[in-house]
Amino acid sequence: MDKAMSNPKVIMLYTLPALFLLLALIYVPIVQTGYYGLMKWNGMGSKEFIGLVNYSRLIEDPLFWSSAYHSFLLALFSTLSLVGYLLISVILAGKIKGANTLRKIYLIPMLLASVAIAQLWMKIYHPTNGILNNLLMSIGIEEPPMWLANPDLVLFAIFIPIIWQYAGFYILIYYAALKNIPESLVESARIDGATAWDIAWKIKIPLIMNVIKVTIVLAVVGSLKYFDLIYIMTNGGPNGASEVMASYMYGQAFRGFDFGYASAIGFFLLVICLVITWLIRKVTATKEEIQY
Amino acid sequence: MRNELLEEEKLDSAGPVQKDKMPAQKPVKSTSSGIGYKIGLGFIYVVLGIVAVFQIFPLIWLFLFSLKDNQEVFELSPFAIPTDPKWENYVKVWTEGNISQYFLNSVVYTASSVILTVLLASMVTFAITRMKWKLNGLVLGLFMVGLMIPIHSTLIPLFSTFSSIGLIDHPLSIILTYTAFNLPITIMILFGFYQVLPREVEEAAIMDGASIHRIFFQVTLPMTAPVMATAAIINMIYNWNEFVFVNTFISSENFKTLTVGIQNFIGQYSTDWGAIGATLMISILPILLAFLFLSNRIVEGISAGSVKG
Repeated sequence: MDKAMSNPKVIMLYTLPALFLLLALIYVPIVQTGYYGLMKWNGMGSKEFIGLVNYSRLIEDPLFWSSAYHSFLLALFSTLSLVGYLLISVILAGKIKGANTLRKIYLIPMLLASVAIAQLWMKIYHPTNGILNNLLMSIGIEEPPMWLANPDLVLFAIFIPIIWQYAGFYILIYYAALKNIPESLVESARIDGATAWDIAWKIKIPLIMNVIKVTIVLAVVGSLKYFDLIYIMTNGGPNGASEVMASYMYGQAFRGFDFGYASAIGFFLLVICLVITWLIRKVTATKEEIQY
Repeated sequence: MRNELLEEEKLDSAGPVQKDKMPAQKPVKSTSSGIGYKIGLGFIYVVLGIVAVFQIFPLIWLFLFSLKDNQEVFELSPFAIPTDPKWENYVKVWTEGNISQYFLNSVVYTASSVILTVLLASMVTFAITRMKWKLNGLVLGLFMVGLMIPIHSTLIPLFSTFSSIGLIDHPLSIILTYTAFNLPITIMILFGFYQVLPREVEEAAIMDGASIHRIFFQVTLPMTAPVMATAAIINMIYNWNEFVFVNTFISSENFKTLTVGIQNFIGQYSTDWGAIGATLMISILPILLAFLFLSNRIVEGISAGSVKG
């Protein structure tokens, strides 16, 4: 039996097709991105090796750093909103009737295409006919803001639909983790006289700490590489006020035809994402997992 | 058997504590039932309800304005129910533009990639969990790290490679990219199930002298059908909604998918709200229908595909 199950030809037949796609379309390209970052290249003609010029330009490019700042703001915003999702999930996972239906309703926006979400929210934010400004005018605000055209507001105006899109995803994860906590643990605490607040803070949340860590990584890394809604709703505008790293990179490549510089940004984005993931895991690492 | 396996998988995914399976207990009725408790509970329902309305209302509003003409949109309250629903908005966008072509392309790309991804991922997961070789941990690790790589870091080389081998503006560039980028999450979803799937049936088949391929196709694949369905629906949602790859690799109208197609299409109709609404409704309808009938599977797939990372 072992012989049949360790035949190298069969193993290769079963793994190589998928492995080939993974290497050819994900791993080789990230190496190429780093390499193209060393080139002066407009995407069509020949590449000219210029060493670290693109990378040093990146370090000094204020537009890149303002887009990186926006990406990190989104990461901060997304991470802070995890607290709200956690609170909602703790409530839902208590004895709430209809919790299952509610968490499914919360999930719906996450299943929709970014293009549809972006177009819909552009209509919601429409200066005169959108529901938001209609609502504001009906409560007496005579000149409601132009949400997507105002450089001071645009970033947060886009953060809202991003939160709207992903809220249900995180609530779903927390809810599933909380439902996995053995009922007997909660019960015995209750018999010992613990309040609902104590049970949530001292028992439930510590028990799902691993899941919380994973969601922090997902929220931060997901924010740093975020692209879709921003590209579609404002394309980084007005005047760079909503530009993030991925949209800046995309613009440099496919509007500016500066593929060398865009590759350097793409490689930098990869490094940031991997370093941040490692850093969060390191910072939140506990010496030993809680055992009961 | 199926439910037991899924249950095990869930338990497995959430850390050490959940391993000791507790006997099911009846929830003890809360002793506090005073007026304060009831007000508190009422408040909680109000908050949860507001969140639900916030999540769902934009979609209801979308449906409402997809049935209006511009006169209604611009002159009446945006909350007004259309008195004379303009279903012709849907007929118009479906017949006038290329929406039907985009829709068909989305179906073809999504279906081909889903089949290819689930099959290839099943083969890899089978090899990793069932066969004996030294590098299986490394291969699994390569796929799992693939989950963390931002697509923007691969976009320029992919664009350049596809250009040089003639696959730019070709459906194959999309199908292959979707497959590659969905393999990691699909393997992650399948892996948990394969790990807890009893091996007795497969071992018995080997004893009977069945070949590996026969075991894989006639024993393992049928047994993993439920988790393949879960993985397929998650893949379907991702592929259907994908935007960046199609936007970058495809330029012909004939090959565009709904997401990119409607983005351009809406540009032409920028002032016709009804047409835009109808277009958006058409694009999200398949997902909403899938959700209506398969919500449990979707919920299960999303949790299995995220927490273990």
